[in-house]
Amino acid sequence: MKRGLQENEQEEGGGPSGGYQKSIKWSTKQEEEEKELEEQGASWECLPQEILLHIFQYLPLLDRAYASLVCRGWNQAFHMPELWRCFEFELNQPASSYLKATHPELIKQIIKKHSNHLQYVSFKVDSSRESAEAACNILSQLVNCSLKTLGLISTARPSFMEMPKSHFISALTVVFVNSKSLSSLKIDDTPVDDPSLKVLVANNSDTLKLLKMSSCPHVSPAGIMCVADQCHGLRELALNYHLLSDELLIALSSEKHVHLEHLRIDVVSENPGQQFHTIKKSSWDAMVRHSPKFNLVMYFYLYEEEFDPFFRDEIPVTHLYFGRSVSKDVLGRVGLTCPRLVELVVCANGLRPLDEELIRIAQRCTQLSAIGLGECEVSCSAFVEFVKMCGKRLKQLSIMEEVLVPDHRYELDDIHWEVSKHLGRVWFPDMMPTW
Amino acid sequence: MAPNSIHWFRKGLRLHDNPALQEAVRGAGTVRCVYFLDPWFAGSSNVGVNRWRFLLQCLEDLDASLRKLNSRLFVIRGQPANVFPRLFKEWKISRLTFEYDSEPFGKERDAAIKKLAMEAGVEVIVKISHTLYDLDKIIELNGGQPPLTYKRFQTLISRLDPPEMPVETLSDALMGGCVTPVAEDHGEKYGVPSLEELGFDTEGLPSAVWPGGETEALTRIERHLERKAWVANFERPRMNANSLLASPTGLSPYLRFGCLSCRLFYFKLTDLYRKVKKNSSPPLSLYGQLLWREFFYTAATNNPRFDKMEGNPICVRIPWDKNPEALAKWAEAKTGFPWIDAIMTQLRQEGWIHHLARHAVACFLTRGDLWISWEEGMKVFEELLLDADWSVNAGSWMWLSCSSFFQQFFHCYCPVGFGRRTDPNGDFIRRYLPVLRGFPAKFIYDPWNAPESVQAAAKCIIGVHYPKPMVHHAEASRLNIERMKQLYQQLSRYRGLGLLASVPSTNGNGNGGMMAYSPGEQQSGTNNNNSHWAAASPESESASQNGKGPGKRSRRAALSTKCRDRVQRSALKVLKNSALLFPSKYKKHLQAEINASKIKALKCLKVI
Repeated sequence: MKRGLQENEQEEGGGPSGGYQKSIKWSTKQEEEEKELEEQGASWECLPQEILLHIFQYLPLLDRAYASLVCRGWNQAFHMPELWRCFEFELNQPASSYLKATHPELIKQIIKKHSNHLQYVSFKVDSSRESAEAACNILSQLVNCSLKTLGLISTARPSFMEMPKSHFISALTVVFVNSKSLSSLKIDDTPVDDPSLKVLVANNSDTLKLLKMSSCPHVSPAGIMCVADQCHGLRELALNYHLLSDELLIALSSEKHVHLEHLRIDVVSENPGQQFHTIKKSSWDAMVRHSPKFNLVMYFYLYEEEFDPFFRDEIPVTHLYFGRSVSKDVLGRVGLTCPRLVELVVCANGLRPLDEELIRIAQRCTQLSAIGLGECEVSCSAFVEFVKMCGKRLKQLSIMEEVLVPDHRYELDDIHWEVSKHLGRVWFPDMMPTW
Repeated sequence: MAPNSIHWFRKGLRLHDNPALQEAVRGAGTVRCVYFLDPWFAGSSNVGVNRWRFLLQCLEDLDASLRKLNSRLFVIRGQPANVFPRLFKEWKISRLTFEYDSEPFGKERDAAIKKLAMEAGVEVIVKISHTLYDLDKIIELNGGQPPLTYKRFQTLISRLDPPEMPVETLSDALMGGCVTPVAEDHGEKYGVPSLEELGFDTEGLPSAVWPGGETEALTRIERHLERKAWVANFERPRMNANSLLASPTGLSPYLRFGCLSCRLFYFKLTDLYRKVKKNSSPPLSLYGQLLWREFFYTAATNNPRFDKMEGNPICVRIPWDKNPEALAKWAEAKTGFPWIDAIMTQLRQEGWIHHLARHAVACFLTRGDLWISWEEGMKVFEELLLDADWSVNAGSWMWLSCSSFFQQFFHCYCPVGFGRRTDPNGDFIRRYLPVLRGFPAKFIYDPWNAPESVQAAAKCIIGVHYPKPMVHHAEASRLNIERMKQLYQQLSRYRGLGLLASVPSTNGNGNGGMMAYSPGEQQSGTNNNNSHWAAASPESESASQNGKGPGKRSRRAALSTKCRDRVQRSALKVLKNSALLFPSKYKKHLQAEINASKIKALKCLKVI
C-alpha cells in the first residue's frame, strides 16, 4: 500500500516545478541540515508526535508521503487525523484540462481511511461532465464525515450544470444530511434547487455562515428566502439579482439575524432588453441600519439600455463593477446614489468623456479608494482634478493609457507627474502592448 | 591571402544597417550570402502561405539588390548544421558572419554552428542588429533578471546609452575588391524557390497585401515618416475605423523579418521629432512600437519555455479549458460574433491585423470568453501573422491573457461593444464578412438580436447563413472574471473584496514576481489551506472579519531573528549547491527553485 501511495503522490506533485525533482534537490540540503544537527547532538527519531505533527502540517502531501516511508513513527504521524482535515480534490480529464488530477488511488485511500477526518473540502473540476460526476460520486461516499466547509468549483466551463440534476442533488444532500454543522458552502454554477436548500436548512441552520450560489438557475426567490428566514448566523451571501427581493433584505435584517458582512449580487442579462425589478430604498435602509458595516458588491453585465431601473434611489453599494459598456447617464446617477462606494470599475463607456461624472463621484463618494477604467475616455484635466479631489485615499488607481485624452493643460507625458504628486506616490497609467 | 567569407542571412534580410554583412566583405577576397531553406520542412511546418510568400519575396529582393553589386544570394536547400561543413571546404571559407539571434533556440543553433566553424578553422563574427540594445546588458543592469514590467523596462532603457547608429548600406565602394563567384547553374542550384516548389497550392491565391522585401520596407518608412511629419503629432494615433485596415505605412512585418532595421527606424523618428518639435528631446513613448518588441525579446532571451505555460517560471498556471471545437470556430472565423470573425478573416487573408484587433481576439479566446489556453492562440498567430516572432508572439499572448507581467485583468474587451465603438458603421465587418453585408449598422455587431424581418431583408438568417454566437458573453465574462480574481488573489494572498487589489503588486526591480510566480508557491500543495473563499476554514475565519487574513506571510514574519539567520544560511547553501548543478542558462528556473527551497527551509526550521 505504501508503495502504491508513493506513486500516487508522484502524480500529485507533478506539474511545472516537478515536485519529484525538487525533493531530490532538497535532499542535498536536508543532508547538510542533518549533519549540522548531528553536530549539535540532536536526533530526528526522538521527535515527539506533537512536534512531528507540527512539521508535517507545513509539508505538502508529497513530502509527507515520502517522510512516512522513513519509519514506523513517521508513518503513524502521516495518518494523524489533524493532517486530513482539509483536502482539495482536483478532478480533471486529460481531454479537457492541462492540469493533473488527484490520483484515483489516493481518493480511494482517503475515502477509506480518512473520510471521517475531513472537515474542509473542496472540489476543483474541469469542464467535462465526467469530472463533475466524479466529484458527486465522491460526495455520495462521504457518509460518515461532518464537513464544515464545502466548495464545488468549476475551473473552466460550469460542468455541474451538465450532469443529471437528480444525481447532483442526491450527492449534495448526502453532505447536508450528514454534516449537521456546515458553515460555508460555495456552490456557484450548479443545479442546486429549492428542495435541496430546504434540506440544508433543516440540518445546518444553526451553523451556516457563508453561502455562495451565483448563477444557480434552479433556485427560486422562495428557496433563498427559506435560507434567510432560518439561518440566522448567515454573514456572507452571493447570488444573482433575480433572487434578490425586498423580503430577502428584510429577512436578513431581522433582529434575530447576525450582522451581514458581505452581500454579492451579480446582475446578468439573459437576453437583450430584459426588464429588471427594483428594490425599495426602505429595504436597503433597513439592511444598513441592521448591518452598518456590510459590504454590498455588485457586478453588472448588462446592455446599456437595461440599466434603466438601477441607480434611481440611493443604494448602499460598496464595490461596483461594470463588465460591459455603461452610459454616461448611468455613471452620473452612480455619483448621486452611491454614497458608500469604495471601489468602482468601469470596463467600457461610450465615446463621450466622463469628466463631470468622475468629478461628481469624487465629490459625493467620500469613501472611494479604488477605481479602474478600461475603454473609457476622460480628459487629462478632469482626471487630474478627480485625483486631486480624492487625494491619498485613492489606494488603487488603474487607468488604461488610452483612456486619458490630452487637452490644452496636460500632455500624456506630464500626467504621471501630476497624478503622482496628488497621490503622494509614483503612479503610471496601465499600458497594453502595441503589437 | 584575403579571406573567403560567408554571410549567413536568417532574419536581418537587408543590405542597409547590416553590421555582420559589412564584416563579411571587409578586406575579403570573396563573399557569399547564404540563406538556408529546408524544402521538406516548408510544407509541413505550421507557417502559413502568406508568411512563406513574404519570406520568398524578401529573398528575391535581396537577390536583386545583390545582383546590382555583381553578387547573388545563395539559397541553400538543407539544414545549416549538415551543409556548412561541406560549404566551408568547397568554398575554402575562413570567415563566417551572421546577425545575433537573441531567442533561446537561435542561440542554441548558433552555438552549435560556431563550434562547427571553429573546428573547421573558420573565424566567426556575430553582430547585434535585430534589436536596438544588447539585451544581456539590460538584464545585467536589472540584477541578472529580465524586467517583468514595461515600466521597469523603460526605466532601465533610460539609463542605457542610446542605441548605436545604423551602419552604411552595402555598396560597391564597401565591397571593394571583394567578389562573389557565381556559377552558370546558380539559378538551378541556389535560386529562390517558388511557392509551388515548396508545395503550396497557389491557385486562387490573391495578391499580397503586404509585399515582402527591403525595397518595399524602405519605401514604407519614408511614407510612414512623411505622414507623421504631416500630422506633426507623435502621440499614439487614436483608433478609428480606418486604422483597422492594412496601411501602406505599416512596418511591423518588415521589422519582424529584418527588411527594416529597427535602428534606422529609431534614428529617423528621432530626427523627425527634433525637426518638428524644434530640438526638444524626444520622450520614450515616441519609440513605443520598437520598445515593446525589445521588451519581449528581453523577457524571452534566457527562457526556453517562454512559449509554454508549464515549466515557464514567469507564467501563471491557469486552468484553461481544452476545447478543440471551440478553438477551431475561433480560428476559422465561425464564432458568430461578427467583430471577432471579421478580424480572424482579415488575419487569414492578409496576414496582419491592428494591435487592438489582436487584443480583441486574444481576449475573446482566453480570459474573456472561451477560456482556452493562450498557447493555442499563439500557434494560430504563428501560422497566419506576418509579424509573429517567437518572443513577441508568446509574450503578447501571455500579456493579453493576463498570464504574466502583472497587469489588471478587469478589462475584458466586449466582442460586440468594442467593435461598435471603433467602427460604428460596420464597414469593416461588411468588407471581411460579405454574408452580413445587408445588415443595418444597428445590428451588424449582434445580428442574432435582429428581428426576423431584418434578417430576411438582409438575406442572412442567423443560424443558417451565419452562425449563432458560440457563447453567452455576459455569462462567460462573469465566470471568467471570477476565475481570474481567484487566481490572482491566490498569487497576491489578498483576501479582501476589491477586484483591483487582487493583482500582485510589483516591487522595485520589476521582478518581484519571481517569488509570487514561482511554481512551488503556486501549487500550494493539494492539501494546503488555500480555500480562501471559505469564511469558516481555519485560516480564513478571521480573514472574513478584517479583510486581510493572517496568511502564511505573517506567520513567516513571526520567525525569530535567530531562526531567520539560519534560514538565510541554509538558503545560501542551497544556492551554492544548485549553482553547481545548473548550467547558467537555467538561471531563471534556478531562482524559482531557490525561492521554493527558502520556503521549505522556513517551514522546517519554524519548529526546531
